[in-house]
Amino acid sequence: MRITQGTFSFLPDLTDAEIRAQIQYALDQGWAIGVEHTDDPHPRNFYWEMWGNPMFDLRDAAGALSEVLACRKAHGHAYIRVNAFDSTRGFETTRLSFIVNRPVEEPGFLLKRNEVGGRQIQYTIESYAAARAPEGRRYGERTD
Amino acid sequence: MTNAPLPVAGDPIERVDLNALLADSHITEVLDELDAELVGLRPVKARIRETAALLLVERARKSLGLAGAAPSLHMSFTGNPGTGKTTVALRMAQILHRLGYVRKGHLVAVTRDDLVGQYIGHTAPKTKEILKKAMGGVLFIDEAYYLYRPENERDYGQEAIEILLQVMENQRDDLVVILAGYKDRMQTFFRSNPGLSSRIAHHLDFPDYSTEELLEIALRMVQQMQYRLSESALDALRDYIPLRMGQPHFANARSMRNALDRARLRQANRLFALKGRELTRDDLMTIEGEDLRVSRVFQ
Repeated sequence: MRITQGTFSFLPDLTDAEIRAQIQYALDQGWAIGVEHTDDPHPRNFYWEMWGNPMFDLRDAAGALSEVLACRKAHGHAYIRVNAFDSTRGFETTRLSFIVNRPVEEPGFLLKRNEVGGRQIQYTIESYAAARAPEGRRYGERTD
Repeated sequence: MTNAPLPVAGDPIERVDLNALLADSHITEVLDELDAELVGLRPVKARIRETAALLLVERARKSLGLAGAAPSLHMSFTGNPGTGKTTVALRMAQILHRLGYVRKGHLVAVTRDDLVGQYIGHTAPKTKEILKKAMGGVLFIDEAYYLYRPENERDYGQEAIEILLQVMENQRDDLVVILAGYKDRMQTFFRSNPGLSSRIAHHLDFPDYSTEELLEIALRMVQQMQYRLSESALDALRDYIPLRMGQPHFANARSMRNALDRARLRQANRLFALKGRELTRDDLMTIEGEDLRVSRVFQ
């Protein structure tokens, strides 16, 4: 099942040129770029691993794109996203976030129905990938 | 594809108007500005014009589909202090931007401290961060020879140089690196780092200014600061320049700026001493001979 998180996730995967253009747009808005990766794509997992520090004061997308490519080299088997953070007073939040890399095979989620008191059901989802192996080995070979 | 006919010279479709390209890039304005605003530096200006011509022709070639690797534009600026290396680097960034060689045209000026870390594992991220900031523009490394310290073999400067080299080679269209410093020390630096030297195609030497040029520079500075020199101040300045040139730590245009700044200070004090009367616009603008004559140089 294809994970749809963040902007553009219903579109076909972005090419490097498209990623560059999006990063350039974010930089032109004065946002800081951060690259993050994870192999636990649960929608409620907000805490992805940071790939280096967020990059402030960039003018051109080439620098940030090279970090994306470096992260892809190291964690090509995992999810990688680019975050653009707006520090403007009033926003002070991520303004744009999009996935730039995903595993070849995405097994998706198991929907669990937990019967509690009476006929009431609690629903929860669990990632098949997260259930089958510990962190770092969920989508193929361990690289770290 | 191999037997496609070679383009014949003068073929009507295979033509490009260099003048149109020139007008299109607005490069002449920048070059004229450079000529008008910077005094002297004739060899440097000539070299910049040559570079501009090269890039313009390169652009024309590209528009006709003539492939060629992008020319390497990493440069080294050598010259004594205050000869205008940073100023020219700033202009260079603009020119390269107008010609479409760099995408943004900003200048990131750094020294050793910005690139080299203080402990193991600190240098690479630091250098890479600066390089990322400079992407799309020009990275200006002032006093570049401090990066290499032969007396300390464990110095982290070497690491910074290696990262720099890698980027200079592989991301040539992303940024232009300019190394600057005093001539003799730069030469030693290049001798001990042949890899760096061979990746720099353009060596520009900034000559020292003559007395006349220094006077003109000083007069322009006065004008920019919205001051005026009285007759006696002009004479004092004429006497001051050769004297100052003979003294140690002479830094060309920078020395002129410092001399003027001190003259402004003295002028302010002199005006304060006149407490009794109201000051006119003229008083506030004029630097008198005595403001300059008090200088240590005349003692």
